[in-house]
Amino acid sequence: MPEINVPSSIKDLEQVQSVRTPIRMEYTFTPGVAAQTYLREFANKKILGAVSPVDGAVLVPPRGADPRYGALCDEFVEMPHTGHIGSFCVTNVPIPGRELELPYISAWIFLDGADIGFLNLVAECPPEECRIGMRVEAVWKPDDEIGMTAENILYWRPTGEPDLPFDEAGVRGWHVRGDGESDA
Amino acid sequence: MAAGGELAAVVGVGMTKFSATRGDVSMPGLVREAAERALKDAEMEWEDIDAVVMGKAPDFFEGVMMPEIFLGEALGAVGKPMLRVHTAGSVGGSTALVAASLVHSGVHERVLTVAWEKQSESNAMWALSLKQPFQVSINAGAGGYFSPIIRQYMEETQAPELIGCMVAFKDRQHALLNPYAHLHQPDLTFDQVVESPMLWEPIRYSETCPSSDGAAAMVIVNETEAKKSANPAWIHAGAMRSEANNFPGRDEVNPQASRECASDLWNQAGIKNPREEIDVAEIYVPFSWYEPMWLESLGFCERGDGWKLVESGATHIDGGDLPINCSGGVLSSNPIGASGMIRFAEAALQVRGMAGEHQVEGARKAMGHAYGGGAQYFAMWVVGKDKPTT
Amino acid sequence: MRKVAIVSAASRQEEKMLDNEVELMVPLISKVREETGLDQTEIGFTCSGSSDFLAGQAFSFVMTLDAVGPVPPISESHVEMDGAWALYETWVKFQMGVIDTALVYSYGKPSPGSLQDVLSTQLDPYYVAPLWPDAHAIAALQARHLLEKEEISLQHLADCAVRAGTVENHEEYYEQQILADPLRPADCPTYADGGVAMILAAEGKAEELCEKPAWITGIDHRIDTHHFGARNLSTIPSAKKAAEKAGVHKADIDLAEIHTAYTVHDVLLRKELNLPLNPEKSSKNHPIKAETLMASGLLRIAEAARAIWDQEANRTLAHATSGPLMQQNLMCVLSGEKE
Repeated sequence: MPEINVPSSIKDLEQVQSVRTPIRMEYTFTPGVAAQTYLREFANKKILGAVSPVDGAVLVPPRGADPRYGALCDEFVEMPHTGHIGSFCVTNVPIPGRELELPYISAWIFLDGADIGFLNLVAECPPEECRIGMRVEAVWKPDDEIGMTAENILYWRPTGEPDLPFDEAGVRGWHVRGDGESDA
Repeated sequence: MAAGGELAAVVGVGMTKFSATRGDVSMPGLVREAAERALKDAEMEWEDIDAVVMGKAPDFFEGVMMPEIFLGEALGAVGKPMLRVHTAGSVGGSTALVAASLVHSGVHERVLTVAWEKQSESNAMWALSLKQPFQVSINAGAGGYFSPIIRQYMEETQAPELIGCMVAFKDRQHALLNPYAHLHQPDLTFDQVVESPMLWEPIRYSETCPSSDGAAAMVIVNETEAKKSANPAWIHAGAMRSEANNFPGRDEVNPQASRECASDLWNQAGIKNPREEIDVAEIYVPFSWYEPMWLESLGFCERGDGWKLVESGATHIDGGDLPINCSGGVLSSNPIGASGMIRFAEAALQVRGMAGEHQVEGARKAMGHAYGGGAQYFAMWVVGKDKPTT
Repeated sequence: MRKVAIVSAASRQEEKMLDNEVELMVPLISKVREETGLDQTEIGFTCSGSSDFLAGQAFSFVMTLDAVGPVPPISESHVEMDGAWALYETWVKFQMGVIDTALVYSYGKPSPGSLQDVLSTQLDPYYVAPLWPDAHAIAALQARHLLEKEEISLQHLADCAVRAGTVENHEEYYEQQILADPLRPADCPTYADGGVAMILAAEGKAEELCEKPAWITGIDHRIDTHHFGARNLSTIPSAKKAAEKAGVHKADIDLAEIHTAYTVHDVLLRKELNLPLNPEKSSKNHPIKAETLMASGLLRIAEAARAIWDQEANRTLAHATSGPLMQQNLMCVLSGEKE
């Protein structure tokens, strides 16, 4: 590294190690047609899934397209409020901007009849008792707190029904049901 | 067999010291440190370079939109073509492949490629957890995302619980052989790894990668230029694959994109049995369990057997026949945008015989690997001491 | 060099779009695949361009990949740049000889954020960005420099505004209040959300997919220094060099689709490239009227190709720019002939 020469008048000053330049930017997001449809019904305590125009696979929550084909999904179907855990994580790390008691369980929830899972919170279940394949149901916020947000479901809790076997839980279920045969 | 087009080789490699905060350098200073070392290694000057390809992960990490625009000057790019690649965590590898393609194509003769991240400039956790109004935010960083996938691997294979700890301990031991590595923990014991707190069960603190500042750079040249080098690392193969994040029936543990990328790679390189023909590999392992998972996916062993390779010590530099991440890997240094390029560059150093204390003796063929997104973006290459045969 | 052509393109721009990025891109990508009869599995390489800062989300391009339908997995790459550079990366891949067809796309949705703030974060983070100068102000700095050195005139700017269609006539231009002295609203861009998708094919394949392929006869890109103080604001060396390397001046240009979001940039670039200030054929979709960051450059290439498909022109120039004051420039020459 070459020696840096500075004027003698500032030679003895302490070197600047860092500068703090705060950035604040605001964005007003548009959810898109699919998410809008989903959120509107979610505010009525209904869970919508998008139906793939190609093979009828059900995608929850809808994101606009069937990602396997790049095909728009404009047909929706109402889903039950029960499902199972595809897999999960017991987290001991706080999330910026959200107060959750540690540890908490985040899990891939596969609703009954859905072909993909979505990440959500599981509670009323000690972490050591949580299992892949465990049956769960939605616990909604009180009616007066429900709005057009993705967070109307407080968490999911065990139903006590028998577990799905590992080989049928989560993404494996697709292959067990034989839905994925066309891929093979 | 080769990557396609003209032959290309790595003749210069440069890396910075990786650490939590490189407060001694600015962003231009950081990238320049790696680039100058690569040029020096290649015995070239800035004016010898035809084009610059830069890669890094999300711009939110430093709070500068498209920072290559202000860094062009520090990399001697003024008046030259400059590209900026971003393919999530695999970006360091993809960037090297884009740089190589500029040479394979015959468009340029000497290309400088740099990948970097200065995570200390911003708050990485913030950058990755920007609150989206339409999503439930319960995902505390990458560990929260990959932990459920690792859990499925453990259940599928019934692997012993401490395999992940073995990988973590091995990579931290390897890191002691690499002066550039971020984590140097000479006193760390295996028991300490096992006893470290669970962050994202089943992932322990010591089984996760650090958050680092750092940069890596390479000079990639055509055959004529490579002949001037005493020890070029010839590029035998390069492949990239991507798949969607979440779709019905997706194999998250062993993604199809990973398998197909690897098989394309081995085909290009004319490799039939990677376990026997690859002497050393640098594989992107940000969470310890990904070592056995990728070993299976890449075809180094049968599905379900990855953990057995780890358990047998095959992946340890000391006595293993398939040393993995001799540099200490992502588990010991993780400037995200650079991490993939470090893997690629380390592979090149090995076949050039320049890996210093973590050199695998007699290494002739090495693999560099990177992945990103929700384990859906892949970039890989094979480099060799010998010129690819056609 | 291997001969590569643009064989299909689809685009959409609106001032404020309610669709998300996936919903925006699916119809465009579907359209170019249908037009060429190519299935995604028959496409050798896919490459896109977009920006996280514009989207306000890290890894924003990951979700948009859903629009392609990357199952089975695809050979794919992404640049954090305008899609024109994604096209360049793709063109290089063609030169390796490993692909015969490719899908290139890019998109930008400036509407959710405050674009002037977003663009400020692109400036030198130590000395310039903390002052939050906005894009209009920076363009105005250059305009004043050029006007006071008499290298351009107000008349030039007014002509350009009329040509671009931001005003009906000169009177209307001069009547406008100053927005960023010396620039008027008619000199400055209206931003739009939008996207573009296109299919490229190599010689042998291109003729099968398109009646009159738009052949890329030259393409190059260069970057200048970022630091305003180190730049001579009267010239754009990177644009000149890229034009020379791309062979812009080897023959007449029938139509120049240039990515200039300000009148002052349009005039300056035309002067630098020796292009007519009042061209016979002018862009039907000037970026001043609809500037879609990350897609505008690729859109210019699509427009330049369209002119060839529609036989309105035989040799066209498409230009893309990036960075403040046209710091980085790409030139792409298209022709109805393979040359």
